[in-house]
Amino acid sequence: MKKPNEMTIEEAARALRARELTVRELWDACAAAAHTKNPELNAFLEIFDADDVAIDAAQIRIDTEKDAAPLLCGIPLAIKDNILIEGKVASAASKMLENYRATYDATVIKKLKEAGALFLGRTNMDEFAMGSSTEHSAYGPTKNPLDTSRVPGGSSGGSAAAVAAHLCIAALGSDTGGSIREPAAFTGLTGLKPTYGAVSRSGLIALGSSLDQIGPLTKTVEDTRILYDAIRGIDVLDSTTIPDGLYPARTTSKQLRIGVPRHLLNEGVDADVLAAFNVTLAKLESAGHALVDVALPTSSHALAAYYVIMPAEVSTNLARLDGMRYGHASRGTTLLDDYITSRTEGFGEETLRRILLGTFVLSSGYIDAYYRKADAARAVLRREYDNAFETCDVIAFPTTPSPAFAFGEKSDPLAMYLGDIFTVTANLTGMPALSVSMGTVTRDDTELPVGIHFTAPHQAEEILFTIGQAVSNSQ
Amino acid sequence: MHCDRVILMATTEEVKKLAALARIKVEDAQLEKFTSEFDAIIAYIGQLETLDISRPGEGEKPMLRNVMREDGSPHEASTHTKKLTEQFPAREGDALSVKQIITHD
Repeated sequence: MKKPNEMTIEEAARALRARELTVRELWDACAAAAHTKNPELNAFLEIFDADDVAIDAAQIRIDTEKDAAPLLCGIPLAIKDNILIEGKVASAASKMLENYRATYDATVIKKLKEAGALFLGRTNMDEFAMGSSTEHSAYGPTKNPLDTSRVPGGSSGGSAAAVAAHLCIAALGSDTGGSIREPAAFTGLTGLKPTYGAVSRSGLIALGSSLDQIGPLTKTVEDTRILYDAIRGIDVLDSTTIPDGLYPARTTSKQLRIGVPRHLLNEGVDADVLAAFNVTLAKLESAGHALVDVALPTSSHALAAYYVIMPAEVSTNLARLDGMRYGHASRGTTLLDDYITSRTEGFGEETLRRILLGTFVLSSGYIDAYYRKADAARAVLRREYDNAFETCDVIAFPTTPSPAFAFGEKSDPLAMYLGDIFTVTANLTGMPALSVSMGTVTRDDTELPVGIHFTAPHQAEEILFTIGQAVSNSQ
Repeated sequence: MHCDRVILMATTEEVKKLAALARIKVEDAQLEKFTSEFDAIIAYIGQLETLDISRPGEGEKPMLRNVMREDGSPHEASTHTKKLTEQFPAREGDALSVKQIITHD
């Protein structure tokens, strides 16, 4: 039998029901791995104590319900530090919320508790989900388990590292501009950003309310589907959630048409990443799928539109963090001092930068040229993708231009932002997107994973799982 | 991505003004570096100016549906009061204690 902490959700669920493994043993294996490796990796900000009541209840459920018990029953998961678990600290890896205790469960947590899942700990992230490397955490960076001199990606870097290092079975992250998919690509995992509205944002510390989605980071495509199924659903607490069937259903044949926007790949992608991408596409063709050229002309402006809209929403969302009712509370001479000092002390540099950027693009005199223009660009992007989906079922490109980079390599903020170039469009359009491992490239004699990225029409996650599985099968 | 026309060259004064609006402070020691990084980002996002969107939003039929809940009390009064007031930095009973907002000097 495989080591329990190295199992997938599927494998662990089967082993539990076959009585090869108990819930307690599974928890202990993951917790032991977490305690051993976390001092080096810093994937977890906090590893929770075993919840004996929950572990016993999960065991009873598996013993009595067997195959009828949800697949996630008894499975230890890592949860990103911006998802609220009642009674636990949720700091979004910030000083501002260092001692904030969640007063309610996020809806995804509620659903996972109902399924009998267990929570191993809260994972490190870029502060308030702002970043692509987890270097902007207020609690130190997380190391990529595959090469500890490199970043695991971000902002869900802790979740990615925890899964990749087998410190847990699977994890939840959040994705606003690529924060699940990019770390998945950097650590050889599968990561899904669901259709906007598919998963409730109630209990997710908001970054960009029109962009954010919670999603799974897992070892396999099937695990991503299992975890996604458990957390999705319309929620009265989040009126941006959508009912099933809101978007017209897509019928596809067994042969999927894969749209490739070649014009976006002519420059800016590392040669060996592009080669791996082309090899993967060729394998998909051999497996019976078709490649189609598509044009997405406005995509070259997507990153700029994203870095206008997201900071604008950030500056609004983070206005609630004012040092008054909860969180870091500094007191000066005047009330204004209280606000300014609490916020300045509680926020890191990248957070301050994005708040200022957002304030700028929304300010009188600039709002038309920046924010309203970006919003119009967003609508154009969506239309272009919808048009492309008339000739293809899924659109493919590499998840990132390069593999995981070294710590400090992208200290210039703009250089960091440019890495998001392929992932942001799915957040702008609200379409579901998946990153799955497409092999490795070599840097400094180390093999580093790279990911292939697929975007599907709204609510067509099934197409993503099909093509994602095809990629995994071809590896 | 060369901008034909620079919309704004961010100055430290402008950054200070934005900071005041956002109720934050950029420390003087950081101001120069911060401003030049800020300026580079603004130059990048300024490429949106070159994007020609002749008829923004035309043909877009937003999928509208009513998501308003029924009027009424979502939960019993005081259900969450204890949990919320526990985290107040300073309190008097269930009230958050803050500095006087309006002074009469």
